[in-house]
Amino acid sequence: MSGPVTALEPQAIFALDYASEVGRIAAALRHALAHDLNRRGLVVAISGGIDSSVSAALAVAAVGPRRVLGLLLPERVTAPESTARGRALAAHLGIEHRVEDIAPALEALGCYRSQDEVCHAVCPQYGPGWRYKIVIAGGLEGRYNHFRIVMRSPAGELSEARLELRHYLQMVAATNFKQRVRKTLEYYHADRLNYAVVGTPNRLEYDQGFFVKNGDGAADIKPIAHLYKTQVYALARHLGLPEAICNAVPTTDTYSLPQGQDEFYFGLPYPQMDLALWAYEHGEPPDRLAASLGIPTAAAQAIYHDIEAKRRVARYLHAAAIRC
Amino acid sequence: MVVDEQVQQYILENFLFSTDRSLLGPEDSFLERGLIDSTGMLEVILYLEETFGIQVADEEMIPANLDSVRRIAEYVHRKLS
Repeated sequence: MSGPVTALEPQAIFALDYASEVGRIAAALRHALAHDLNRRGLVVAISGGIDSSVSAALAVAAVGPRRVLGLLLPERVTAPESTARGRALAAHLGIEHRVEDIAPALEALGCYRSQDEVCHAVCPQYGPGWRYKIVIAGGLEGRYNHFRIVMRSPAGELSEARLELRHYLQMVAATNFKQRVRKTLEYYHADRLNYAVVGTPNRLEYDQGFFVKNGDGAADIKPIAHLYKTQVYALARHLGLPEAICNAVPTTDTYSLPQGQDEFYFGLPYPQMDLALWAYEHGEPPDRLAASLGIPTAAAQAIYHDIEAKRRVARYLHAAAIRC
Repeated sequence: MVVDEQVQQYILENFLFSTDRSLLGPEDSFLERGLIDSTGMLEVILYLEETFGIQVADEEMIPANLDSVRRIAEYVHRKLS
């Protein structure tokens, strides 16, 4: 006879010897630079969020501040506090940093115009002063994932609609300019200095495909792609990063309305998503995840299906060019 | 052409780049076979709406309605009846 289902214990699951982990990652970065990449230092694009901040700190732990360049690459909708946190981090780490506004490049490429076309098509009243964001829907309710656009008029009225396929694809294509322009600049500076580019995805992002192919997904080395977000936050505290960064809420900083990463892509706040991915990877039955998150078993099963669905999408994102 | 044949032909031509009907059985799960991801399913939904003049509601975007040629055909028949 089986007993009651016990809940998972996140504290035990995500426990890590952070001092050893910092040493191990730093050694791996040095080894890669010396033996695989043959580069003399590291470029890190700093968003002001937790992942890029920890990655930059690890880069400094590996090769020292003089061999790390931080890039702050804001555009029209970047929150000023993100750039402020990025500057504070660079000062804290003692690294050289540059702030390059990528809005003119995005303007020239038609990024904003293409996004505005979609907004006009969805809402003919759209114009100056309107704000919007894209949110994911469906997967956690057992449906196919799709995206909805949330718009706010200058008067503060909110409206929401399902994005039809061509509008969704155009919005994604236009928005991906942002990550790809940033990556172009990262590699410009990496080539100029003979440095390597650090990619900053955490395990959730890497596993579930929360990145742009040949955009933020492109890098020479990814020091935290094996760490759950919970562990990245803990690592930030271990590394003594500024409090504003340790407490930063994960956002996309990509659309004109404030947007959490959970509503844009994961569907769950990161502590729950971490636990769900861990449970899925370790073959835990849905009822145990359900007991851990305080949700019905069917909802936990839907989370597992959603993880699988996003992995299918991620397969294309991870794929290198295929030689025929 | 009946609905299931139309849908099968659409999936074959647009997702498998083939006209070989032996490649896709009526009960084959698109998910289990890895044929159609979530963006691909949005394409299928647009095709159904444009071809059969139906509206697929958010709550109807579920594998029970859309995860095989047979399921889609039955779903379309229900919507049209």
